[in-house]
Amino acid sequence: MIRITVALLLMASMLSAQPTGKEILDRIDENMSSDTRYLKSKMVIHGPRTSRTIESESWAKGDQAALTEYLSPAREKGTKMLKLEDKLWIFSPSTDRTIQISGHMLRQSVMGSDLSYEDMMDDPNLTSKYDAVVVGSETYNERECWIVEMHAKVDDVAYQMRKLWVDNERYIPLKEELYAKSGKLLKKTELTDIKRIDSRWYPGKIVFKDMLKKGAGTEFIVDEIRFNVDIPEHLLSKAALR
Amino acid sequence: MIALKLAIRNLLGAGLRTFLIVIVLSVAYFLIIFMNGIYQGWDKQARIEMIAWEVGEGQYWQENFDPYDPVTLVDAHAVIPEAFKKDVENGNVAALLYTQATIYPEGRMQGIMLKGIGVNQKAIAIPSAQLIAEEGDIPALIGTRFAKNAKLEIGDYVLIRWRDVNGTFDATEIKIAGIFSTAVPAVDAGQVWIPLDMMQRITGMPGEATMIVKGRDAEMPADVAGWEFKDHSYLFAALEALIQSKTIGGSVFYGIMLALALLAVFDTQVLSIFRRQREIGTYISMGMTRREVVGLFTVEGAMHAVLALFVGAIYGIPLLLYLQNKGIGMPEGTDEFGIAAAERIMPYYSVALIVGTVIVVMIATTIISYMPVRKISKMNPNDAIRGKIQ
Repeated sequence: MIRITVALLLMASMLSAQPTGKEILDRIDENMSSDTRYLKSKMVIHGPRTSRTIESESWAKGDQAALTEYLSPAREKGTKMLKLEDKLWIFSPSTDRTIQISGHMLRQSVMGSDLSYEDMMDDPNLTSKYDAVVVGSETYNERECWIVEMHAKVDDVAYQMRKLWVDNERYIPLKEELYAKSGKLLKKTELTDIKRIDSRWYPGKIVFKDMLKKGAGTEFIVDEIRFNVDIPEHLLSKAALR
Repeated sequence: MIALKLAIRNLLGAGLRTFLIVIVLSVAYFLIIFMNGIYQGWDKQARIEMIAWEVGEGQYWQENFDPYDPVTLVDAHAVIPEAFKKDVENGNVAALLYTQATIYPEGRMQGIMLKGIGVNQKAIAIPSAQLIAEEGDIPALIGTRFAKNAKLEIGDYVLIRWRDVNGTFDATEIKIAGIFSTAVPAVDAGQVWIPLDMMQRITGMPGEATMIVKGRDAEMPADVAGWEFKDHSYLFAALEALIQSKTIGGSVFYGIMLALALLAVFDTQVLSIFRRQREIGTYISMGMTRREVVGLFTVEGAMHAVLALFVGAIYGIPLLLYLQNKGIGMPEGTDEFGIAAAERIMPYYSVALIVGTVIVVMIATTIISYMPVRKISKMNPNDAIRGKIQ
């Protein structure tokens, strides 16, 4: 009898320690988002035969404004991409023209990677669109994780279901899976090399994989990241593209 | 009449020179008729094919549909109006529903246009009756170009991904139920056809369509609220513009040939006046007016075009008829420009083309023949008869 009581008490304490899905998402947001951000990174695109590396630096203000400038290879150097709310423009120095990416072009992959332009436009505010439920826990990459399942509660979402593996100490997602309405796994994202930057935990490497496409996916390697930096107003405007 | 007889005698007397000019002029005739025949044949064939496969007897577009602006496609769908329903049910019109999608043949990603089409439609030649679903399958039709490009065969299953009416991703496998061959790339390249009812279900657009293609037997109203009727003149505008630009481009070739022939006629006329001054003086002294002499020389020059017409007819008619029957093979990849083009173009020589060409060459040769002989009217007959150079 005493054993049963102890076991029940332990279970109750464990359950009370388990945060809700919404709490986990809020903690992730708290950990990862910032007012402004500067990022220097490398994108390694693994094709069926070869791989290529694209270096870039970007400046972002919240989730609504971001400018990315490609630094290498020479063919992409000087290409700039500007996101302002739900609009996206690209400036190509070789043609000296700025084009707005819209319609079917949003579905094209970014520089041949596993990321599409619309993935980049995806609204990160998940709690307003998904019901998040913790469905279990699991050890993933030697870290204890909550498994959070998110089902769309509104109609206008890109993915009907998302599944997140969230480090239960650091509150950073280590893996995400995106599913179609039919339940087919469409995309997978893995976050590794988690580092402490200021008061946050941030991934040093993110691997995106379009699960419908052949190939080893696209690696996104963070070389340098700074939070809450001063970004001049003109840098996040169309004037900065040229 | 005397001028005509003299002209023929003089021309035949000139021998090789006349022969060369006539040959070059006849080639110009041939090229003008042949090249324009190709463009007219292409235009005619393309219209027939486009009517059969794509445009029918006209199309009703949902008011937001703009084929040149893919952004509009998201909103370009509406419930099929009552006025069309009877014709949709009996297959006299083809109701089409469009959405953009991605196909993954062998794991390669490729953008496509996913189109729903009524299985019982008879308005266009897409073999929609082949879209027979087996339990749980989505049958699909594709054209030979796309099948070759995506390396797909009948019976293959291939994954597609699309967004529903709310923008939510969905993905499933479709089964290639048929592959059709068409000269119209607009219904083939990057196009995947599935049954309309399945398309409406997977996109969450029940009873909706993007476009209604009118068939021959359809009795449809001219105006339906929310739908715009596009007739043949509108739907063929791009084809006409292309053919016109090709015709202008092609005219350079036969223009050069015609210019060479006319230059030869001009030279011959200048030489005739220079060498036949005594003859000119004699004509005038025998009572011919200057105008009559000018007329004689002009007719002589213009007769090159008449002779060229006969010479051209001797080798041109059999050759043109042979080419009309055999057709001209189009270069590989012509249809990839998105314009309807059969593998072989059958030239079409209209009466207007032949008569027009003859008239143009005749008039051009006559004008060119007249220009140098105007000098005769200023000649002094005394000096001319003495052969004094003027």
